[in-house]
Amino acid sequence: MSTSTSSYYLPEPSHWPILGSIGLFSVFAGAALWLNKAGVGPMVMGIGLTIFVYMLFGWFGTVIRESEAGIFNKQVDISFRWGMFWFIVSEVMFFAAFFGALFYARVLAVPWLGGAGSEFSTHQFLWPEFSPSWPMSVMPDPSTFSAYKEVIPAFGVPALNTAILLSSGGTVTIAHWALKRNNRSALCWWLFATLSLGFLFVGLQAMEYAHAYSELGLTLKSGIYGTTFFMLTGFHGLHVTIGATMLTVIWLRSVSGHFKPDHHFGFEAVAWYWHFVDVVWLGLFVFVYWL
Amino acid sequence: MSEAVMHGHEHHDHHPTGWKRWLFTTNHKDIGTLYMLFSLVMFFVGGAMAMVIRAELLHPGLQYVDTQFFNSMTTLHALVMIFGVVMPGTVGFANWLIPMMIGAPDMALPRMNNWSFWILPFAFTLLLVTLFVPGGGPAGGWTMYPPLMLQTGDAMPFVIFAVHFLGASSIMGSINIIATIFNMRAPGMSFMRLPLFVWTWLITSFLLIATIPVLAGAVTMLLTDKYFGTSFFNAAGGGDPVLFQHVFWFFGHPEVYILILPAFGIVSQILPTFSRKPLFGYESMVYATASIAFLSFFVWAHHMFTVGMPLAGELFFMYATMSIAVPTGVKVFNWVSTMWRGSLTFETPMLFAISFVVLFSIGGFSGLMLGITPADFQYHDTYFVVAHFHYVLVTGAIFAMMAGVYYWLPKWTGHMYDETLGQWHFWLSTISVNVLFFPQHFLGLAGMPRRIPDYAVQFAEWNFISSIGGFVFGLSQLLFLYIIVKCIRGGEKATDRVWEGAHGLEWTLSSPPPYHTFVTPPQVTDATAHS
Repeated sequence: MSTSTSSYYLPEPSHWPILGSIGLFSVFAGAALWLNKAGVGPMVMGIGLTIFVYMLFGWFGTVIRESEAGIFNKQVDISFRWGMFWFIVSEVMFFAAFFGALFYARVLAVPWLGGAGSEFSTHQFLWPEFSPSWPMSVMPDPSTFSAYKEVIPAFGVPALNTAILLSSGGTVTIAHWALKRNNRSALCWWLFATLSLGFLFVGLQAMEYAHAYSELGLTLKSGIYGTTFFMLTGFHGLHVTIGATMLTVIWLRSVSGHFKPDHHFGFEAVAWYWHFVDVVWLGLFVFVYWL
Repeated sequence: MSEAVMHGHEHHDHHPTGWKRWLFTTNHKDIGTLYMLFSLVMFFVGGAMAMVIRAELLHPGLQYVDTQFFNSMTTLHALVMIFGVVMPGTVGFANWLIPMMIGAPDMALPRMNNWSFWILPFAFTLLLVTLFVPGGGPAGGWTMYPPLMLQTGDAMPFVIFAVHFLGASSIMGSINIIATIFNMRAPGMSFMRLPLFVWTWLITSFLLIATIPVLAGAVTMLLTDKYFGTSFFNAAGGGDPVLFQHVFWFFGHPEVYILILPAFGIVSQILPTFSRKPLFGYESMVYATASIAFLSFFVWAHHMFTVGMPLAGELFFMYATMSIAVPTGVKVFNWVSTMWRGSLTFETPMLFAISFVVLFSIGGFSGLMLGITPADFQYHDTYFVVAHFHYVLVTGAIFAMMAGVYYWLPKWTGHMYDETLGQWHFWLSTISVNVLFFPQHFLGLAGMPRRIPDYAVQFAEWNFISSIGGFVFGLSQLLFLYIIVKCIRGGEKATDRVWEGAHGLEWTLSSPPPYHTFVTPPQVTDATAHS
C-alpha cells in the first residue's frame, strides 16, 4: 500500500463508462424489441451484452492493474469501501420491494379476496367460490390461472442449500484469514471451495426449478404464490451466480499472486457481497419456503 | 484565499480536447457542466410538452392533438421534468460544488461519475423513442398504475428499461456523493461545518439509495405481469393492483424530497449571502432536513387515500403527513429569520430565493390540505393536486435551481451574467408562473379532473388564463437560455468572491476555478469554514 500522505488518485479520462452505456443501451433496446417480437431483438441484445462484458473486463482490468501498481492510497481504499457498502444497501432495498410484495399479498391481498376485514363485498362480487390459503394453490379465478399440485417443501433441497450457503460464508472467512496470514495456498483452496459451493447451490436451484415446472406444475404463472416464489428465488439465484462469478475472478487473481495481507479491497468487496446473498437467502428460506 | 488559489494552480493536468474531453472526462467540473447542460436541454423538451398540454387546454373541446397523444404528453412531461431536469440539474450542482465546498480534489469515484452522467442521454433516447413506436408513447401517467399501464403498446418495455437505466445512474451518483462527503472532506471540515447544500445532498443520496431500487422492483413487476404471466397486480391470480401503488409511492414520496431537498440547500446558501448574515439556526436546519427525510418513508399512502385502505391506515398516514409540516416549518422559519434585520440586496439569485420561500410555502400549505384524508376525498386527482405539486416543483425546485444558476454562474464561467436581463427573467417568470398555476387551485376545487384533454365549459375562463400564463412562462425561459449563453460567452469579469456577502471555500478559488482544485486539501478552521 502506498503511503497515506500521497495525494488522492485522480484517474485520467476514460472511455470505459461511455462504452458501458452503449452496451447497456443495446441490451435494453434489444430486450425491448425482443419483447415486442421484433426479429432483430436478440441480435441487438447479444451485441450489447458482448460490449458490456468487454467493458467489464476492460474497466475492472484497469482498476486491478492500478491497484497492483500500488497507486491507491488509504483514502482511495475508503472510497471504494463506501462505494461497495452503499451499493449493497441499494441491493437490499431491491429485494425489500419483492419481500414487501410477498408480505402484502400474503397478509392482505389474498385474505381480502376471501372477504377478510371489511372486504366482504369484494369476495361476493369477484370470486365467491375462492377460499384463501397460503400457499395459494387454487386461484381466485381458476379460468385464467391454473392450479398447481404442491409447493417445494422447505426441509428438502432448500434446507440443504441453506447449509451450503452458510458453509460457503464460513469458507470465505477462512480464506480471508489465510490471506491475512499471507498463506497463499490456503487462500486459493478455501476460495475454490467457496465458489464451488456457490455454483453447487445454483445447480441445485436449477434442479428444483426443473422439478417444479415439470412435475409440480408450479410455474411463474401459478398465481401470486408462483409469482413471488420464482421472482424472489430467481433474483436471488441471479445474484448468487453473479457472486460466484466474482468469487471466480478473485480466485484467479489469488492464484496469480494478487492481494496482500494489508491491501485486498477486491477480495473484501466480493466477500461482503457473498455474505449479502447469504443473508437474503436466509430471509427467503424462512419466509418463502418455511413459514 | 491566495493559498487556496495557489493549490489550485499547482496541478494542471492536460485533458483531451474537443468532443473526447466531454465523452471521457473524469473531472467533476466537466461532469457538472454536462449535467447542467443536459438538464437545460431537457427543460425545453419537457417544456415543449407542457406547451402542447396548455395549448390543448386553452379552450374546451378537442383542438390540436388526439387524446392518446395528450396523455402521452402529460406522462412524458412528468418523467422528463423529474428524471431529466430536476434530478440531473441538482446532481450538476452537486458535482460542481460539493468538492469545491468541502475542499476535495474531485468526487471520490471519478470514472463512475462519468458513467452516472453518460447513462442519461441513452436512457432518455429509450424513453423518448416511444413516441414513434406502434401504439404511441406511454400514456398511463408517470405513476404507471396498473392495469392502465399494462395496456401500453410497444412503448412499455422501452419505458421500463429507461426507468431501470435512469435508476442505475441515480444510484451510482448517490454512492459517489456519499463517498465524497464521508471520505473527501478537507482536514477540519467537520460534519457540522459542512455548507447546508452539502448536507442536503448527503441526505438526498440516502433517500435515493433507499428508494430507487424499490422503483426498479415496482417496474420490474409491471414488466413480468405484462410479458411473463406473473400476477403481482392481477387479482385473478391473487395479486392486487393497489400493491403497485404501495410499492410505487414507497419510492414516490421520498422522491419528492429527493427533488426538493437540494433546492432547500441552494436557497440556504443564497439567503445568508444577500442578507449579509449567517444562516439562522444552522444546526436545526440540518436536523430538520434529516427529519423530513426520515419521515418521508412513512407517509407514502397519502397519495392513495381514495383507493381503499383500512381506516387505521388512512389515519396513520394522515397524521404522519401532518408531522412533516413541523420540520418544514422550522426551515421556513429559519429562512425568514435569516433575512430578518439583514442588510438585504435584491440581485437575481436573491429574488428567486425569496420567491422560492413564499411560493414553495404556498405549495406546502396546499400539500397540507391534501394530506387531510377527508378533504383529499374531494381534491384527489383534480387540478388542485396539479397546482399543488407545480408550486412545490416549479416555484420550488426549479426556482431554487434558477437562483443557484444565477448565484454560481459567475464562479463557473468567470463572467457576470446580465443583471438587468436577470431581473426581467425573474419578474416575467414569477408573475407568469402564478398566472399559470394559481387558477388551477380554483379549477381543482371546482372539480376539474387532471390528465384530461377536454373539460366542461364552466372551467373555460380559468383554463384560458392558465394557458396564457403558461405560454408567457414558457417564452420567458428563452430569455433564461439567452442570459446563460451570453454569460458563458463573455461579460464583466467576475471577482473571486463574486458576491460581497458570500462565504465558503468555493469563493476562495478564482473565477472560473482552475481545472483541478484543492489537490492539496486546505486546512479548515472555525474561522475559515464560514468565511
